[in-house]
Formats: sequence, C-alpha cells, structure tokens
Amino acid sequence: MLRFAPWKLASVLAMVAVAMLLVVPSFLPADLVDTLAARVPSFVPLRQIVLGLDLQGGAYMLMQVDDASVVKAQVEALRDDVRQKMRDGKIALSGGIVTQGRGVLVRIGDQAERDKAYSLLQALSQPIGGALAGGNGRTLDVTETDSGVQLTLTDAAIADKVRHAVTQSIEVLNRRVNAMGTKETVIAQQGLNRVLIEIPGLQDTTKLKEIIGQTAKLDFQLVADPGDPANEVETLPMQKGGGTITVQKRIMVDGGDLVDAQQSFDQQTGEPDVTFRFNLRGGQKFGQVTTENVGRPFAIVLDGKVISAPVIRSPITGGTGQITGNFTSEEASSLAILLRAGALPAKLTVVEERTVGPGLGQDSIDAGKRAAYVGAVLVVIYMIATYGVFGVFADLALAVHILFIFASMTLLGATLTLPGIAGIVFTIGMAVDSNVLIYERIREEAHLGRSVISALDAGFKRAFATIVDSNVTMFVAALILYLFGSGAVRGFAVSLGLGIITSIVTAVTMTRMMIALWYRRVRPTKIPI
Amino acid sequence: MKLLRLAPENTKFGFMRFRRVSYPLSAFLSLVSVAMFLFVGMNFGIDFAGGTQVDIRAKSGEVRMAEIRATADGLGLGRVEVQQIGSGGDVLLRLNVQPGGEQGQQTAIAKLRDAFGADYEFRSVDSVGPSVSAELVQSGTLGVVVAIIAVLTYLWFRFEWQFAVGAIIGTMHDLLLTVGFFCVTQLEFNQTSIAAILTIVGYSLNETVVVLDRIREVMRKYKRLSTAEIIDMSINAVLPRTIMTATTVFLALLALFFLGGHVIRSFSAAMIWGIFVATYSSIFICSPMLIYMGVRGDVFDKKDEGAEPAAADAKAKA
Repeated sequence: MLRFAPWKLASVLAMVAVAMLLVVPSFLPADLVDTLAARVPSFVPLRQIVLGLDLQGGAYMLMQVDDASVVKAQVEALRDDVRQKMRDGKIALSGGIVTQGRGVLVRIGDQAERDKAYSLLQALSQPIGGALAGGNGRTLDVTETDSGVQLTLTDAAIADKVRHAVTQSIEVLNRRVNAMGTKETVIAQQGLNRVLIEIPGLQDTTKLKEIIGQTAKLDFQLVADPGDPANEVETLPMQKGGGTITVQKRIMVDGGDLVDAQQSFDQQTGEPDVTFRFNLRGGQKFGQVTTENVGRPFAIVLDGKVISAPVIRSPITGGTGQITGNFTSEEASSLAILLRAGALPAKLTVVEERTVGPGLGQDSIDAGKRAAYVGAVLVVIYMIATYGVFGVFADLALAVHILFIFASMTLLGATLTLPGIAGIVFTIGMAVDSNVLIYERIREEAHLGRSVISALDAGFKRAFATIVDSNVTMFVAALILYLFGSGAVRGFAVSLGLGIITSIVTAVTMTRMMIALWYRRVRPTKIPI
Repeated sequence: MKLLRLAPENTKFGFMRFRRVSYPLSAFLSLVSVAMFLFVGMNFGIDFAGGTQVDIRAKSGEVRMAEIRATADGLGLGRVEVQQIGSGGDVLLRLNVQPGGEQGQQTAIAKLRDAFGADYEFRSVDSVGPSVSAELVQSGTLGVVVAIIAVLTYLWFRFEWQFAVGAIIGTMHDLLLTVGFFCVTQLEFNQTSIAAILTIVGYSLNETVVVLDRIREVMRKYKRLSTAEIIDMSINAVLPRTIMTATTVFLALLALFFLGGHVIRSFSAAMIWGIFVATYSSIFICSPMLIYMGVRGDVFDKKDEGAEPAAADAKAKA
C-alpha cells in the first residue's frame, strides 16, 4: 500500500501535465490557435476541442439518392443506345422502342430482323465495373421474345449505378457547396445510398437546398417539327412565364461535356446570360448539330424545363456558346455555378434535417457549463463533508478525471455535444463511486479492528474487483450506445465511455498515491473517516 | 471535524422481510407500465415519430401565443402543436409527418420559414422524414436489446447463473418502470431517452453488481447462515456506499435538470427516476431472487474445489 515506485508517481504527474497542455488551446481564441498550429509540425495535437453542431450552431442534412431516378436515367440512356444500334444496323422496327420500369422492349415483328437485332443488342450488355473487372455479372439481361427483344437492367447493375451515383454526388456537392463560400463543410457517404452534409454556422438552409436540390442536368434538344413521329417527341414546360414547348426526345448534346460556365452579359441587349465552353468532344458534337440544323430552334433544357429555345443562326463551331433566358444576374450566376459543378447523377431527397442557430448553441454551452460547475461543486462539497481529508483526495482525483476526459477528447478529435456534456456531468457523480467503494471498505475493515495501514490496504484491494465489475457494465452500455446511436447521442456515449476509463485511473491509482503520501507524512493512528 | 453520515452506521435492517411487499408492488407497477405503454403510449419525439419541430423566438421579445397558433393553423399543415418552453421566450412548434413523402417535410419547413421568418428567429429546425425515423426506431430498439444481452453475458461469465437471473429480472424491472415513467409524464421520448435508458441499465447493473459481489463474499464466509440473513448482512454492509453514490449522482443530475437547459431536461428527468428505481431494485428485487432460487453458500463449493488445487500447484512450483 505504502510503497510505489517513484516512476509511477512521475508518470502520473507527467500525464496530468500533458493533459493540461492538450486542453489549453481550447481556452485560447480560435484564430490564435490556428496561427500557432500552422507553425508547429502537424503531429503536435495543438487544437481545440471539436464542438458538435448542436453547440456551435450549423446545419446538418441527410440526403438520399433516389434509386428510382437512377434507374430512370439508366433506362433512358439504354433507350438512346438501343435506338442508335437499330439505326446503325438499319433494322426496321414494327412497334418502336418501349421504355418500361427497368428496361426497354424493342418491338420487331419479322423473325430475321429480330434475330439480327438480338445479336446487335447483346453487345450492349457489359461486364459490371468495366470490361476489366469481370466476374461480377453483366449490366443487362437481353432476351428474345415472340414480339421483339427485351433488355432489362440487372439488380447488380442498378446497385453499381447507385454506388457510383453516391460517390459522384459527393464530388458534385463538394464543388457546389464550396462555391457558396462556407468553411469546414463535411460531405460524406452514409450507408449505401445516403450523403450527409454538415455546415457549421449555416442557419437558413433555404439557399443550400436551392444549390443542392437541383440536378442541373443540361440538355440541348431540337424543337420538334410537325412531321416528327409522336413517340419521338415530348412536351416540356418553360422554366419562366408558363407555357410549354414540344421538343424531340433525342438529346443532341448534354452538359456532361461542359468544361466551364461563367455569368456574362449579352453583347447586344446587355442582359445577364451564361457563357459556357465545351471540351473537344462536346464542341465537335455541338458544331456538327448546329451546322446541320441552321435555321431551326434549339431548346436549352435544364432538369426537364426549357430555359429558352433560340434559333440557330449560324453554325457554332468554336465550342462556346451563351444561354439567354431573361435571367437576373443572380439567377445567371447560380446557373453558372451549377453548370460548372456538373450535374448530379440522380435526384437527392432530404430525409433528415437539423439546424441549430448560434443563439441556441451558445445557450446550450452556457447551460451545460452552469450545470457542470454546479454539479461538480455539489459533489465536491458533499465528498469533503462526508470523508474530510479523504474527500479532498477524491475531489482532486475528480478534477484530474474531468481534465483527462477533455484531454482525451481533444486528442481523439471526438466531438463534444450537449448530450456529451450531460455525460460528463453524469460521470462527475459516477466517478467518485470508486472512491466511495474504497473508503467504505476501509471503514469496514477498520471497524473489524485492523490497523490503519492494513485497513487501507484491504480497502483498496477488496474494492478493486467490485470497481472493475461495476464499471464494465456501464462501459458496455456506453459502447453499444456508440455503435447504435447517431448524431449528438454518440457524443454522450463518447464522454461516458472515456469518463469510465479515466475515472478508474484517477479514482483508484491517484487516490491511492495521495493517501500513501499523506500516510507517510501524517502517520495517523486512526482512520479519519 | 464532524463528518456527515447520511446512512446510519452498522445497520441491521431486515431488507428481505420486505420482499412480500416489494414483489407484488413491483409486479403491479410493471404491469401498469406495460398497460400504459399499450393503451396510453409514449410521447414519441420526431426522432421516432417523424415530423418537423422548430424552436422560434420573437425578435421583439414579445411572445404572442394566440397569434402564433392562429398563423400556424392557417398554414394547412395539419395539427400544429404550439408550446412555450423555458424562460427565454422560446416557442416550440411541432408538426406531424406531412403527406407527400420526404418532399412534404421540406415544403412544410419552407412554409414555416415564410410565415414566421420575419418576426421570429429560428433557433433550431429539426425535421425527420418517415424513412429515417423508422430506422432510428429500429436501431434504438436493437441498441437496447444488444446492450442488455452483452451486459448479461458478462454477468453470466462473472457470476453464478442464479445471480445473473436476479440481475436480468432487476434490469427488466427498471426498464419497464422507466418506460412507465415516460408514459405517465408524457415527457418527449427521443434519441437522448434511449441514451438515458441505456445509462439506467448500466447504473442498475452497477448497483446490482456491488450488492451481488458482497453477497457472494459473505456467503463464502458464513456458510451456516440462511440465505436471507446473508443477503441482509450484505445489503447493510454496502448500504452506506449505495446511499452515498446515489446521492452524488443525484446531485449531479439535479444540476443538469435545473440548469442544463430544456433540450436535455427529459433526459435528466428520466435519469433521476432511473437512479431511484435502480437503487430500489438492486436491494428489493435482485437480491431476494437468490432466496427464491434457493441459492446457498454451497453453490461456490464446486468452483472453489476446482480452483484451489490449481492455485496450490502454482504456489508449489513458485
């Protein structure tokens, strides 16, 4: 009991010193910490404790990639591919190409033509993940029926596309949100088909939703001629001023080939517009289409709505062009941002949204601090009132326990949330339990007539097994809460879990050392509790 | 210095006599809790029920409840719950899940912002769509179940099975009564409530372990005493500690309840309730189970016989 190696004392003191250094930055102004952190090597954990969005204010959004829209886009692309194949193969269709929920049916009455089409269309089915991946199955089931050829997207292909859609969405969202000028934004995948966005400091999500809510798929389609077959044209609404316009379904050029878009002004009217530039491939396609269709109106379609349909006056071969559409300069500039960032591969739906304003965040910090201070003071006083000098030891250990929680959270980069603060306050009440177990045991042993030193020894020894057992159960609860909980509740699990570990260290090891040092100095003849 | 002792010294209460009262009482309260859960139900927050909740505060500082109600009802968003909270003039508006899938919730938020944005500061907006709330229910339930299984597995390894059974019954009892507490008070049941429940389970087992540890120790020492006597002796021995710890935790939670803000008030309230229930059940429910299961000092004999020769061997080698 009385003997412990000096290095143990030294290492405990060193741990306390390190912990103090770790938490110091959290009490300094944030910009000072940033400046200092820039000057030290990156492995030095000079940083502030991370506050959750519920404390610092900000917006959290969970978005789901709409599987149905991924499938729909795939089916449409498939239809275009099929149409191209049939044209290239000069196959006469008896009933056109019908799109279905998950596939395309090509109606061909003639047996020979159907066989020819079947062998052509089989080429459309690719190994999943590209030709090199192999072994994962194919993208399409192609079957020949009595009336035509049926092409169906496989489950594996859809899952693969959704996965791609999520990764691609994250890239696009990063570009879009960064253009808004926010900082420390987190955009990450969650589960199979979800993306979460966290933006500290953002309060009103209306603008954010405008920026991320649009797919921003830009298509150029020719306005329909009266002679076009009915199943090859579609009627789309105008984006502004109501009204509709009928265009050919076939997409001549799309926004995927855009490399740049900037807000600019029309040279003649001075109205805001958007100037875009294609890559080489897009520029060539655009040039070809505009050359072949001079004099025809060309519809510029964004997310299924027609922005405008100017008449092609002359071939546009330079790879750049303008989009006009009675824009305000603000509309033109957000359209430019959207086009620059690229189209989302699928529609994203907001499934969960939480925003906390800075006012409530600060109030929560203040309330949490007040509760922690008052709770700690009550416990400290009560411990001293009950155990006298031993209470002081327990309280010193408690102070170190709190220090260790903050230090370990800073070191791990764990997030402090309001439930996390509640967890810390709870562990303040719980941490002294180990001391209580030890002290009560010491009292009992002393009552049994043991000497002071042997009562102290027996108290620590016998209480230890109970301390471990009882803390394991609490720790398991915290661990599971961390695994199954989400958001701010995880913060509670983190502080509870860390608190249990640190409290065993402080309440057992440190108190023991303090009592040993005290015993050597005072040489008491009876236990003071 | 005269030290404070809340628990009297060297008590010899006959706790086990009360089992004839505590068992029927707890059985009754557990049944009431189940009945309340089935027929009255909990006040599920938007985490689990889905829907939208906003916390607004008048920019002018003047709260006009009637006006807020009228405006909210005029939005066509179904029933809007309007409630004043705290002393800072905060008003909580809560909408049920809107029709129209996930998009419906978004439209509702936009409508609220349009209607109140000019005169009120939006302190927080929480909106949980139907798919997410269903998942939160699932993971919350799974979490509680897994936690209980994991903790009880630990107890089963660490103690004799009869002790584990006592702990299971005690934990279930605390769980049911906490559910009953939420039904009676109609405090909002949300994700932090799951955190509270799991912490109560942890605390309850912590209490139980301390008592059972002592019972086991005393049983080994006094094999001639009756089980009831042994349990009484053990509980009396750990009573000062039980009261002491319950008090420190209670003090900390009290501070949290009164000063921690409305966001975690339901959490603190549930925890305070849980501390009482857990302390009660570890003494009056878990421990008497050992009597009913006929545990006697000799349950340890086999184990000890197996263990001691091995220990003796080790000593001999050393």
